[in-house]
Amino acid sequence: MTIETATPANSRVIGSGSSPMSRIPWTLIVFVVACTVPWLGSRYNTFLAEQIAIDALFAVSLNLLLGTTGLVSFGHVAYFGVGAYVCGILMKTYDLPFIIAFPAAGLGAGLFALVSGFFCVRLIKLYFAMLTLAFSQIIWAIAYKWNDVTGGDQGLPDVPFPNLDWMTAIPGLGSLKTSDQFYLLTIVLIAVSLAVLHRVVRSPFGRVLTTIRDNPERAAFIGVNVRAYQLAAFVVAGTFAGFAGALYGIFSRGVFADYVFWSKSAEVMIMTILGGMDYFWGPPVGALAIVWLNQEVTDYTEYWPFVLGVILLVLLFVFPGGIVGGLDLLWKRARGWHRA
Amino acid sequence: MAPSFLFSQFMGGLTTAMFLFLIASGLSLVFGIMRVINFAHGSFYMIGAYLAWQMVQWVHPAGAGFWIAALFAASGVAVMGAVIERLFFRSLYGREELYQLLFTYALVLILGDAAKFVWGTQQLSVSTPPVLAGSVQIFGSTQPLYSLFMIALGPAIAFGGWLVLNRSGVGRMVRAAQMDREMLDALGANVGTIYTGMFVFSSFLAGLSGALVTPIQSIVPGMDVLIIVQAFIVVVIGGMGSFWGTFWGSVIYGEVLSFGILIFPGFSLFSVFALMAVILIVRPWGLFGRPL
Repeated sequence: MTIETATPANSRVIGSGSSPMSRIPWTLIVFVVACTVPWLGSRYNTFLAEQIAIDALFAVSLNLLLGTTGLVSFGHVAYFGVGAYVCGILMKTYDLPFIIAFPAAGLGAGLFALVSGFFCVRLIKLYFAMLTLAFSQIIWAIAYKWNDVTGGDQGLPDVPFPNLDWMTAIPGLGSLKTSDQFYLLTIVLIAVSLAVLHRVVRSPFGRVLTTIRDNPERAAFIGVNVRAYQLAAFVVAGTFAGFAGALYGIFSRGVFADYVFWSKSAEVMIMTILGGMDYFWGPPVGALAIVWLNQEVTDYTEYWPFVLGVILLVLLFVFPGGIVGGLDLLWKRARGWHRA
Repeated sequence: MAPSFLFSQFMGGLTTAMFLFLIASGLSLVFGIMRVINFAHGSFYMIGAYLAWQMVQWVHPAGAGFWIAALFAASGVAVMGAVIERLFFRSLYGREELYQLLFTYALVLILGDAAKFVWGTQQLSVSTPPVLAGSVQIFGSTQPLYSLFMIALGPAIAFGGWLVLNRSGVGRMVRAAQMDREMLDALGANVGTIYTGMFVFSSFLAGLSGALVTPIQSIVPGMDVLIIVQAFIVVVIGGMGSFWGTFWGSVIYGEVLSFGILIFPGFSLFSVFALMAVILIVRPWGLFGRPL
């Protein structure tokens, strides 16, 4: 495949990765730091870190569509919600272990992504966004009204923690609270998921997705089955959103219809763009920024949505590349001055 | 089921439909001409409702008070629309639709909180204007006069809108802008002014519908995001950019919701979203629209 060489020099390529900064193993450092939070931080820090990690996975899964493939999905929360409900229902109502419920959540979300995506990828631009929104509202309507299964507007409270007794066999983990043990499990599962998604984006498959984003006509002309690739991206993104949702349902001790309302899709989109959708690690940075800012701002005022709206305006009009995009630009400029 | 019951169900659906038509027609106009989905349209509607309530507090609803309040609310929202279009929206026309969507979503967040800040979170309501406070008996069912007024107003606005769009010079310009913006620009027409005008008119309709809904629904935070999804459904069913399409889309939505409750109680919400999805799959440009 010679697709890579066909990319023009100034086009958006995910990640830059030629600076000396990139030799530092950032991902490993972040992972290790994240694992130490239950010992070094307070209970509240663990809570925030878990929230950030889950949002990071959710946002990265969205970015596979938004940044990598160029598909504006306005209903990504549907797959998050399906994952949360499948895992929650299996664990609470049917008393199944996490090791079955968690993969089932990804499978359920992936299947729904396959069915809904089959129709969505047939539509262009705004119609695509509208149909994804419609599917997510269908899931919301089902969650809200199907009392017998989803608990309706009461939701599914008290989703149990998985049985983590096996962790006591690992030295140092036995003394932790169940919520901290679940935190560590979450961090490991999310690290693995992010590694897989990173592989997907950097693989030849991911390159084809980027080609489709940059020029669908040309991609089709060189023999790429555009819809099939878009659908595959949609299913992968939906599956990982489902994993994120499953973890979130257990983390927040319940699954509620509010999780699936359309405005949640907008929130995760804001995280993705605030971080920088042209970079693989942009969305996690955005998740970190939003969760942290949310905590800081809500200490002072209840008007967090207002602040978020203003952040979004600044982002759209001043820094369309997001935080990582802005840092990258600064770094490149600094290097340019150094050479000159 | 008794015919009078079915009739009153039908009229209920029609009333919902005409409210939605007022809101959705503005949304559809902006989409048809600017190719922008305006999430903030629901927020404009909410601001219209609050402004109307505020004006009623000042002038009191006796006599013509309510109508003055409605006009004040619609004009206030129109001015707000003008400011937003001139200051911000204008610079986004050339950008990807993602940025336009997110911009209108930023407005949703900001206006929603601004309304909370100014008017608080408690439910507010406005009493029905005295002229329309009564009700009449039709086919053995009791119909509030206010519903009948809405049912009459909807088609009147649809007809008026159609007349302006299809039978006037201004309408010709608007339709030309809808078909080919660059060509119209090249021919020397001021496309920017047409865009601003359409956005202002659409905001006016949103504000008016917000004001008119106050006698039958209480004003609460969150009414903005609830209504916008319904307006989307209507616009998608009828066809984005089509005025009559939006009208019939509203009627279909209102009646499906109204009779859906009888046939599958609890699943009428599901059925309208499913209808939206099916239309997008089968005819993305809607029942009455034209392919882009």
